[in-house]
Formats: sequence, C-alpha cells, structure tokens
Amino acid sequence: MSDFFSHLVARYNYWIYITLMMIGLYAMIAKNNLVKKIIGMNIFQTAIILFYISIGAKKGATIPIISHGSGHEAHVVKAADYINPLPHVLMLTAIVVAVATLGVALALAVQVYRQYKTLEEDEILQKIRES
Amino acid sequence: MIWQLDLLVLTLVVLCGIGAIMVRDLLGAAILFSAYSFLMCLLWSIMGAVDVAFTEASVGAGVSTVFFIAAVFHTTRRTKD
Repeated sequence: MSDFFSHLVARYNYWIYITLMMIGLYAMIAKNNLVKKIIGMNIFQTAIILFYISIGAKKGATIPIISHGSGHEAHVVKAADYINPLPHVLMLTAIVVAVATLGVALALAVQVYRQYKTLEEDEILQKIRES
Repeated sequence: MIWQLDLLVLTLVVLCGIGAIMVRDLLGAAILFSAYSFLMCLLWSIMGAVDVAFTEASVGAGVSTVFFIAAVFHTTRRTKD
C-alpha cells in the first residue's frame, strides 16, 4: 500500500498537469464570459504542452546542445547525456498554433461584441432569440 | 531538474490559473494570464527545454498579453463571473 502511495507521490507533476487541464476545461464549459472561455482554452493547451515536455525530461541529463560540436574530430555522442529534443520541437509548433488560435478567437469575440454590445453568453443568446 | 523548485513553480502556476479564471475583471484576468505564461516559461527552463522557454517568453507572455489587452480595450472590462 505504501508502495502504491509512493508511486502516486513520485508522479506529482502528472497530477498537477491533470489539475491544470481540468481548470481549463471547467473555464471553457462553465464560464459565461467569452474572454474567460478563451483563457480557459489557453490553460488547457499549455497543460497538454507541459505534459509532452515533461516526457522528454531526464534525470542527470543536460540541455540538448552537443558539447564539442565543431572544431573537434569525430566522437561518439551518448544520447543518455542529453534531454530528448523531439517533444520540444513538436511543442514549439504547438505554441505558435496556440497563439494563432488565440488571435482568431479574440478577433471573433471583438466582432461579437460589436454586434451584440456584450460578451456574456446568456445575454448574447437572449438577443439572438429576441431578434 | 530540481524537484523542489519544480513543485513550487507548479503550485504558483495552478494558483495563477485559478486566479485568471476567477477574477471579476477582464484586465486583471489578462495580467494574471500573463503571469501564468511567464511562470510556464520558468517551468520549461527548469525542465531543460530552453528553446520552448524562449518562444513562450516572447510569444506566450508577450504577444498574447498584448492581444488580450487590445481585445479588452476594444470591448469591455465588465464580467459577471
């Protein structure tokens, strides 16, 4: 039993990522304001990016830049000495996509405000029903 | 990776995330989200992903905060929840 709990505690970062993801999901579903929903979407995205980056991390490894890369003769590179850079590259793309999504979402929210003079979802739905 | 520092920054990230969706002022929410992004950048330098940390500091904490503040400036600060 204590073995099981030490397992749970040793993976504390995954629990916190799930917490962040649920905060984002809650904001996307339950919040009434459009900008709050967009903030929730961003928190959700960063939680997933955090999970992927933490997969690539290693104990006792250094950042993925080869030491003695140029000006030396050929030598063997030990992959265990470097953090895995593949998730970093993938998540770099994901961050840029997240900012593009944020820009489009905020532009749509500004247009919705110009049309209906409010950012609250229930008031927008009421005005749509009235018209 | 120093796990004490990692846990401290992760706690601050969760607090900033909860604050960003709970505060009843959209400008305050934008600033808290900027703090969230900057703490996330710190977390990535702790994990050794320096390229991702650079991108997050410029794009996440910089550009998206400007987007949020511009959107709040063009609409309203008022929010019900």
